[in-house]
Amino acid sequence: MSELIEQGVIDAEMAAIRPDGDVHPSRSYAPYRSTLLRHPTQPLVVVEDPEAVELTGPVFGHTDVTALDSDLTRLHSGEPLGERITVTGRVLDRDGRPVRGQLVEIWQANASGRYAHQRDQHAAPLDPNFTGAGRCLTDDQGGYTFTTIKPGAYPWRNHLNAWRPAHIHFSLFGTAFTQRLITQMYFPGDPLFAHDPIYQSITDPAARERLIAAYVHDLSQHEWSLGYRFDIVLDGPGATWTEQQEDEAR
Amino acid sequence: MSRQVTAKDITPAQTVGPFFGYALPFAGGGDIAPVGDPRTVTLHGHVLDGEGRPVPDALLEFWQASPEGSRAGAPGSMRRDPVTGAALGRHGVDFTGFGRVAVDADGHYTLRTLPPPADAPYLGIVVFARGLLHHLHTRAYLPGHEDDSLLRGLPADRRATLLAVRERDSVHRFDIRLQGDPGKETVFLEFR
Ligand SMILES: [Fe+3]
Repeated sequence: MSELIEQGVIDAEMAAIRPDGDVHPSRSYAPYRSTLLRHPTQPLVVVEDPEAVELTGPVFGHTDVTALDSDLTRLHSGEPLGERITVTGRVLDRDGRPVRGQLVEIWQANASGRYAHQRDQHAAPLDPNFTGAGRCLTDDQGGYTFTTIKPGAYPWRNHLNAWRPAHIHFSLFGTAFTQRLITQMYFPGDPLFAHDPIYQSITDPAARERLIAAYVHDLSQHEWSLGYRFDIVLDGPGATWTEQQEDEAR
Repeated sequence: MSRQVTAKDITPAQTVGPFFGYALPFAGGGDIAPVGDPRTVTLHGHVLDGEGRPVPDALLEFWQASPEGSRAGAPGSMRRDPVTGAALGRHGVDFTGFGRVAVDADGHYTLRTLPPPADAPYLGIVVFARGLLHHLHTRAYLPGHEDDSLLRGLPADRRATLLAVRERDSVHRFDIRLQGDPGKETVFLEFR
């Protein structure tokens, strides 16, 4: 096992990287060491073919989810440990149109910061009443809602004393394969943001903050759960439809 | 009504991380071909890093037109049992056009599908992995269908990275190299 780098070295590397004007992280972000051999070095090839298959995308329906899949606290016989939360929001495409009837998937660590995954050997307890995976379809306004518990922070081996801020992984489909997105939702005020190279890989501060859910008191429920709002705007083109075609298709 | 959004609103990507395996892959995710369809082809290969080593924690997704040319897809790729909530997977009759496969510990994946039509002769592929902060798009072209506008615009050595190689009847190899020299690194795509 090679010797791990100190947090201060990673912090200095992150501080030296200036914003590049891109919303998305650069795939080559050395403070996250696993990127070093896993990012392309040749420029991406731009596809401008209006007939590209990727301008359409997979579809899902009510057979692909069950009603309980969006409540991660009710998938076992007992209640999971932790702080019960509701996470809700809308999924829009980059033209502001709601993404309707599409699949939203989430997965996360339990309240102790442990994943129900064999390779996660963090010395924190598994919770027999929490797996941490859920899914739902967006409604007619592009809305989704999950009930879950707040995940814990967890250590990883990027460097010495590396801890991930608490986060929920999100997987989203738009109306086209070009709009596919996997991201992570964070919680307000996490002291680990400054030290986390995955969060800091988004070099535009405003873009980075869009991954932090808003605590919304009106979404909290009396003696039940704390409410967070996390809206998502997908990047990437879709098939070019006129408003009229869109209305006819409905 | 549409609200005007701008690049200022776009949600940035993050890595899929190492622990997606219990959440995203589903039973039969790599079996796009309806059960027993005689046209079934197998596409398989490795996901490799910049040193040629297998990437054991990558997730691949596939999207393609049906042999008849439909791009509408169909629901039911990840069908669930409404009684137990268990993952059932496809019912094996419809062609949903969508596949999802987590590579194994050797970085290897296998996909069974139907050949795409001649006017869209490729499988769209999205690559997610630990250490990949933003997913990548690429395409696999099956043998015999190697002429389209994207391929014509690429130098020969780069073009070859998108061509599946026939191993035997109906079995084709397609490796994905995340990093390497121009003739080795897979061509990755950007849609604007
Ligand atoms: Fe995580």
